[in-house]
Amino acid sequence: MSDLLILGTRKGVVFIDRQSDGWKARPIAHAGLSISYAARDPRDGTIWAAMDHAHWGPKLSRSKDGGQTWENLSQLAYPPGARFIEQHLPSPENEWGANTPLAYKDAALLKVWVLAFGGPDQPGTIHAGTLPGGLFTSTDGGDSWELNLPLWNHESRGGDLFAGPATHRNHWGGTPAAMAYGEFVPGIHSVVVDPRDSAHMYVAISCAGILETVDGGQTWRSCNKGMTNDYLPDPDAEWGHDPHFITLCPGQPDRLWQQNHTGVFTTEDGARQWKRVDQAETAVHFGFPIAADDKDGHTAWVVPAKGDGERMTIEGGLYVARTTDGGASWQRLSAGLPAEHAYDIVYRHALDASGDRVCFGSTTGNVYLSEDRGETWICLGQNFPPVHSVRFG
Amino acid sequence: MAHVAFTRHLQRFFPELAEGEVPGSTVRELVAQLDLRHPGLASYLVDETGRLRRHVNVFIGDEPIGDRVGLSDAVGPQAKVFILQALSGG
Repeated sequence: MSDLLILGTRKGVVFIDRQSDGWKARPIAHAGLSISYAARDPRDGTIWAAMDHAHWGPKLSRSKDGGQTWENLSQLAYPPGARFIEQHLPSPENEWGANTPLAYKDAALLKVWVLAFGGPDQPGTIHAGTLPGGLFTSTDGGDSWELNLPLWNHESRGGDLFAGPATHRNHWGGTPAAMAYGEFVPGIHSVVVDPRDSAHMYVAISCAGILETVDGGQTWRSCNKGMTNDYLPDPDAEWGHDPHFITLCPGQPDRLWQQNHTGVFTTEDGARQWKRVDQAETAVHFGFPIAADDKDGHTAWVVPAKGDGERMTIEGGLYVARTTDGGASWQRLSAGLPAEHAYDIVYRHALDASGDRVCFGSTTGNVYLSEDRGETWICLGQNFPPVHSVRFG
Repeated sequence: MAHVAFTRHLQRFFPELAEGEVPGSTVRELVAQLDLRHPGLASYLVDETGRLRRHVNVFIGDEPIGDRVGLSDAVGPQAKVFILQALSGG
């Protein structure tokens, strides 16, 4: 169980340490800079922050002394020739439709959305999921990064566009999360490494779905069987899904959890088959984050919200929902959380669990912690910047 | 040689950055020269395709450059070049 919380916020990195007299926040690091994701590499203790400069472009930053000093890195970049098929939002000025000829765009890094660390057998291996949809891997602790070409060139994305025009139909759509950058492109927000086998990974793409590799990223295949949606003519389509976040239970790695745009899903067989586990009574349906228990594959937490048109709390009250039976039922956990006038939305990386501790941060700068698996909550601060990520260190 | 001045905001990341003379006949060449002096600086100004970042502005004299994609604008020997953050970026 970790005694350290790391927040990636709109205005920097916040460390909150558990001390003898309670949890204490340190002075903010990278003050004033938007941090899209921050986490600690459990293998060597390096703290990583994905900086989201409005002016100067996305950069990574790392600290090898626990956050006292930082080194900014510019090495993560798309290689020359990396292209993708442009997506468009229909608008009065843009009569884009299915007959519009394909257009290609040179890829440039818009955002590092998530970082994931390789297993103990892969010291120095770090993965980065990005907008516009590239997975990058470093095998030297972040000094250099390489775009995963088999995924970038996957047939679901049109094939090898380095070599020429698309050879397959593109199934990767843009994510609204990219529109803040003036673009409508896909993004990889979840990278999950199997703790039993570092060559086995899942990635989740908004908007396409889940892909899996069992050979360290040399080949990829879709893992969307059982997924449904409510915005395509074929609700069982292989592609076109909008996972908001996926994670797995480290103690039972064939158990994965997915908070999707259209509901909550789980799998007990390593994503061979997903099962929908929404529950109307607790409004477990829409939301962004999901956290799995370290050991118990039947336990997970979500923060339900009103979907699509509103993106608000349910009836103005903030609560966490927990299942302890694999999603068959959910309990509403609200002791210590505001019951009314709450406008908090919890982003996809802003909920985490470590042992009995569960923590989340919100768009309105509130950070809540439970040390009893969600039964009761305390507020660690109400005036933080908007929180993009919460990770136990 | 052009005289290049910078927004002070860049000194947060490049403390040694100071205005001065930089060789080059186009903006693209100036950026390349600046990156030699201050490794990594180019990535703050342009993305990996060479395009000027959306919220960065470069002026030659009082005029914003015309080619934000290829930075091909010519720079005369007496030119004064300003590299600034754009208001649009916040």
